[in-house]
Amino acid sequence: MNPVAYTGRAALSILAEIGAISIFALRGAFAWVSGPFYTREFITAAQRIGFNSLPVVGLTAIFTGAALALNIYDGSARFNAETFLPQILAVSIVRELGPGFAALMVAGRSSSGMAAELGAMRVSDQIDAMSTLAVDPFKYLISPRILATTIMLPFIVLVADIIGILGGWLVAVYALDFEGATYIRNIDAFLTTEDVTSGLVKAGVFGFLISVMGCYYGYKSRGGAQGVGGATRSAVVASAVAILASNYIMTSLFVDF
Amino acid sequence: MTEQPLKISIRGLKKSFGAKEVLSGVDLDLEEGKSLVIIGGSGTGKSVLLKCVLGLITPDNGEIAIDGVNILKLSPFERARKTRQIGMLFQGAALFDSLKVWENVAFRLIYGEGKAHGPSRNAAMDRLAQVGLPPEVGDLSPNELSGGMQKRVALARAIAADPDMLFFDEPTTGLDPITADVINRLIVDRVKAVGATAISITHDMVSARKIADEIAMIHQGRIVWRGPASEIGASGNPYVDQFVNGRAEGPIKMSLKNT
Repeated sequence: MNPVAYTGRAALSILAEIGAISIFALRGAFAWVSGPFYTREFITAAQRIGFNSLPVVGLTAIFTGAALALNIYDGSARFNAETFLPQILAVSIVRELGPGFAALMVAGRSSSGMAAELGAMRVSDQIDAMSTLAVDPFKYLISPRILATTIMLPFIVLVADIIGILGGWLVAVYALDFEGATYIRNIDAFLTTEDVTSGLVKAGVFGFLISVMGCYYGYKSRGGAQGVGGATRSAVVASAVAILASNYIMTSLFVDF
Repeated sequence: MTEQPLKISIRGLKKSFGAKEVLSGVDLDLEEGKSLVIIGGSGTGKSVLLKCVLGLITPDNGEIAIDGVNILKLSPFERARKTRQIGMLFQGAALFDSLKVWENVAFRLIYGEGKAHGPSRNAAMDRLAQVGLPPEVGDLSPNELSGGMQKRVALARAIAADPDMLFFDEPTTGLDPITADVINRLIVDRVKAVGATAISITHDMVSARKIADEIAMIHQGRIVWRGPASEIGASGNPYVDQFVNGRAEGPIKMSLKNT
């Protein structure tokens, strides 16, 4: 094929996809406004996404914090700044790594889960069946998942922040001879509210993106088991890209205040 | 033929998927309270036709009138209100596997109409009894049931809100002959009981003869024959003859590629 035509076609299809996802996201986010709001679905989704993600997010956070402590110590020792380890570690975690890693883990867990579940429902006609039973699938399936993920992710990130800082503390105190109370006191004196809240705002946006991708690719999936597999893969890849791209955009906005 | 008002009236319905034209101008009328069976080979657009009427697929061209109102001209909200009178039995039953059997049957009552759980559960149990299932089945999960039982539950779910119209997509496909007969009888019985107008699509001729008042044959996206169920054996139409008698030779050439 003509390479120019190929490039053009690919660009157009990407733009069309972004447009379709945006419309889907708006519809999904606001479908519940005109009622009914399916509370039970919302609570189930919140529990699955929020509570059940905690073990894997906690593990990720503790190892990230621990490794980060070693790296910061090693790097900052080159210009005798190793005493700032707690502050640098805390800022890195609450602003960047806590939200980022937690979101990527939840994307791997929940975005794929939503895509697979909705995809299986789609290919077995369950979504069409729902429409014929006078229930809007956007209200019953999509809105509760988007709302639950958007609301729960900041809480997950808050837990990840705490565990990540704890991971750094363990390494600092037991391997690098820091004094435990001073480590905490230094972070407490240094960290601002904005450091934490900016990370939590990011988390909310990541949660929205993760659930939109999971729901979109699941809802649109076609063609049996292979289609559902493809939907799951697309959901995870798209979530990860959306998280990292939006992270840069939000960071560049936040560092200006 | 009669003075009965037309429940469904379809004119010039067209739908293509990519380059493949699935419906190429379907005209179809159905009087209130009648049961029509549409026969035709796989991939001839039978399911697409039903999904167009249900509002699940938007056709490219043509009109679909329910009770004299062209639903394609209505706003999505109004159209949904109109198509809500239709109960649908999907080919694979399409039961919600995350819910119990009784919750499936009561789904529309609880989630669509906001009724309380207690009375909805009782109503669901009544519907299950009407399709010959004992109350114990209500607390099972759909994947614990056999194919025939799932079809029965799906039928109970489709009739739970007393719809004006009932659509059946290959209700007996994949069932043994005895279970198929049970389902056929239940369909006839329930359609009469709720007084619904019914459209069924099938390629099971035994089933078609049992549940139809009239039979229509669809081929290459058009209705090629229509007549009373009793005349299907002597239609004089070469397409119908080939299909009814199940012959490989004839005017219908089976394409190997699916739609």
